[in-house]
Amino acid sequence: MAVDVDKRENMRMEMNKQTNNPDCSTASVSLLNKFDTNEIMNCMQCGFCLPSCPTYRQTGKEVASPRGRIALMKGVAQEALQVDQEFENNMYLCLGCRACETACPAGVPYGSLVETAREVVETNKKERSKSPFIRDIVFNKIFKHPKRIDTLGTALWAAQAAGLQTLADKTGLVNVLPRPMAEMQKAVEKVASPAERKKRQKIVKPTDQTAKLRIGMFKGCIMDVMFYETNQATSRVLAKAGCEVIFVEDQACCGALHAHSGEKDGAVELAKRNIEAFEKANVDFIVNNAGGCGAALKEYHHWFHDDLEWKERALAFVAKTRDANELLAELPQIEFKNSFDVRVTYQDSCHLAHGQGVRNQPRQLIRSIPGVEYIEMINADSCCGSAGIYNITNFDMSMRILDDKMKNVKQTKAHLIVTSNPGCLLQMKQGIIRAGMQNEMEAIHIMDLLDRAL
Amino acid sequence: MNQNIKNELRSIVGRDYFLDTPNELYVYSYDATPLYQAMPDAVVIPSSVEEIAAIMKVASQHRIPIVSRGSGTNLCGGTVPVEGGIVLNMNRLNAFKEIDQDNLTATFEPGVITADVHKAVEAVGLFYPPDPGSMRISTMGGNVAECAGGMRGLKYGVTKDYIMGLEAVLPNGDILRVGGKNAKDVAGYDVTKLLVGSEGTLAVITEITAKLLPLPETKQTMVAYYNDLTDAARSVQRIIASKIIPATLEFLDQETMIVVEDFAHIGLPLDMKAMLIIEQDGTSLQVEHDIARMADICRAEGATEVRMAQTAEEGASLMAARRSALSALARVKPTTILEDATVPRANLAAMVEQVNLVAKKYDLQICTFGHAGDGNLHPTCLTDERDKEEIHRVEQAFEEIFHAAIKLGGTITGEHGVGMAKADYLDLKVGPVGMDIMRRIKEAFDPYGIMNPGKIFAKSSRRRVVVNHGCGCGQTREHAHGNEQADK
Repeated sequence: MAVDVDKRENMRMEMNKQTNNPDCSTASVSLLNKFDTNEIMNCMQCGFCLPSCPTYRQTGKEVASPRGRIALMKGVAQEALQVDQEFENNMYLCLGCRACETACPAGVPYGSLVETAREVVETNKKERSKSPFIRDIVFNKIFKHPKRIDTLGTALWAAQAAGLQTLADKTGLVNVLPRPMAEMQKAVEKVASPAERKKRQKIVKPTDQTAKLRIGMFKGCIMDVMFYETNQATSRVLAKAGCEVIFVEDQACCGALHAHSGEKDGAVELAKRNIEAFEKANVDFIVNNAGGCGAALKEYHHWFHDDLEWKERALAFVAKTRDANELLAELPQIEFKNSFDVRVTYQDSCHLAHGQGVRNQPRQLIRSIPGVEYIEMINADSCCGSAGIYNITNFDMSMRILDDKMKNVKQTKAHLIVTSNPGCLLQMKQGIIRAGMQNEMEAIHIMDLLDRAL
Repeated sequence: MNQNIKNELRSIVGRDYFLDTPNELYVYSYDATPLYQAMPDAVVIPSSVEEIAAIMKVASQHRIPIVSRGSGTNLCGGTVPVEGGIVLNMNRLNAFKEIDQDNLTATFEPGVITADVHKAVEAVGLFYPPDPGSMRISTMGGNVAECAGGMRGLKYGVTKDYIMGLEAVLPNGDILRVGGKNAKDVAGYDVTKLLVGSEGTLAVITEITAKLLPLPETKQTMVAYYNDLTDAARSVQRIIASKIIPATLEFLDQETMIVVEDFAHIGLPLDMKAMLIIEQDGTSLQVEHDIARMADICRAEGATEVRMAQTAEEGASLMAARRSALSALARVKPTTILEDATVPRANLAAMVEQVNLVAKKYDLQICTFGHAGDGNLHPTCLTDERDKEEIHRVEQAFEEIFHAAIKLGGTITGEHGVGMAKADYLDLKVGPVGMDIMRRIKEAFDPYGIMNPGKIFAKSSRRRVVVNHGCGCGQTREHAHGNEQADK
């Protein structure tokens, strides 16, 4: 039998080779070495990850599952498959929510595998041609430069202040925008004005004056523009819990967007800048309030495999890094003054729950607010479909996932849906609009909710 | 497969559900069985029995192999398309049709996930006992095709004990209905039972009617730890001999305990040589009585510690730890080859000893866990598929393990099926007359031999095709060579 079958197989593979698109070059050897073959081999294809994967649940197709994507990486590493457009699409259909890592009994670090796969895709593209214009603008011209993000924020504020958004809504100008952008902009709240942002105190003193801890606030890039108020709220909540909060100068974007998009060099550059900035600040803890950023910050040491000096500095940075929920849960319970008579549910941030293992703390904090009735949502820890810029790059899939999520949200009959990540917050706001529930429900970041109760 | 055939298939299921790009084919070239891989020519995802009938007609006309597949969690290479052809992915046929509380049956399509069946029937106080380790993702169609077992096999049996009726499509496109809801039904041959465990080699199952039981009132979990492997095995024998049938009686050896603890962090004592996880269900009086007696037996046979789960959660976490044993073992080495040797319960201790002897002889790391109460052991070899020399020793070791099982009155597979992995050993178990009658049954259903070819029946006996990398990874020749060596 073996001989027969082998012959047929050889024939089939020859056919496959011939039918492959000749335009797509096979990745160079140096590229393939980027894959951690041992980690790929550790996937034993048991399939336990399948039910946890949002894109597999939507499509029912193996190619859209973690097991399938790892198999494709193995195929590429063994040069049975090419790094072509199809491989690229499959790697980017993944939300990077890492729910599969929670489900995987073999402990396969899927998140870093898919990051490597995207790095291979991007490097391969760069080897073939110059990087696309838009990508270059986004990753090199904007996100590496905090000042430019700030400028964008000002532009956004100006547009909103001038009523352009309303005008665009009314005149149908939004229809000129690409559909993802047009839908998204409805969910964007008014951003803080440049004047307001300038007024920020660099140091927020603890409420009872005796600082127990010195905290360096990691602001985030988009977070600090679009959710400036949430950062302010976080500092007030931490101050109430007895912390001195410092908005550390010279910090940059965390680099997660770069890492998730295969721009490893850019990610490393940003990580170095942050490590330096917080070293100078001499703080007890580095606190962030965005699950996505937090997961990246806590994995900095993985980004410096071959650089021992930086790896050591990264490890020290990681040891101090906490999500705001995580730190607050370790501090004495805050006494809230305000009481609400509301029903509240919580949508996990994937990178907080699956990436950082922070699940109970936010729920405990919500429950500690007087008057709150907490209700757990079905599949609260499955991705909402936001996933960084996924809701722009994979709009249709993102909305399918979101609409399914909203069915579970609706079932809770909650007045407030609480999130711990800016991307999730925007997505939930959009979901509320899509489900027509604007009058029944509000989406809110957990730090804003806690701040309201102070 | 030529363009006309592809177009025909595409017109049956629609553009979105006919897959044939390189990536799409590649991800259906494997299942959960390590070392086996082969490319299909197309993947088709039908949504109805009519579509399947139409696909089967096309396949019969052009003699194209059909490999039906659920979630691809099987461990015998059962869904690897070793001769190419069409992979028929059944997960869109996933309607739950009925729970008949008067007749105590449930009827559903094959793509329903096993754990969802449990949830649905338990919600109305009923019980579907088979619970394979993969139940969170495996489909009922796959369970029926492979006759899946699970941890409750000791008291409740396996899938075939619960399947009462089936609808299936034959290779020529005819739709067959067998069995039904009758508790007693002896009209003619029992084709229902024949199809259960037929591993996709006879027909494509499209609807399933399963028998349900009343949900047991309560259950209790206990664990016993041992300094000596054979003490544990003897405890199992004594429990059964004392006429107690627990719902679950699982066995983990030390190496398995270490990796499970590393994954689940439930506080297993890692200096122990073996542990038993025992669960009894039923009325609270009966459960209490049985658990107390089993605890006494375990102590008398040398258990160093016997502990009751204090809460339902604690019990569930112990069972979950056992469920994850196989996947957790995968952390240790890149390739995890799990086998399924089974012996009559009374020979359990002898079988465990045999496995350990064989492991030593071939210098291999073999962890053993399994459904001790069923005599169903999963000796699991931790190896690396890139080490060709070691893989060769793995083959020889498992060959000896199977011979040992047969010698002890056992069988080559207790619950995983024959598939490709054990095709070369089937004649050891059923003999030449058994092989002949099985082949003739196969011909009656499938005259052109298109149904999951290369499974169950080896073309030549006593040769184990461990690796068939038809995936273009450049390994085919080496493996062919390896096979010749293994051939005696």
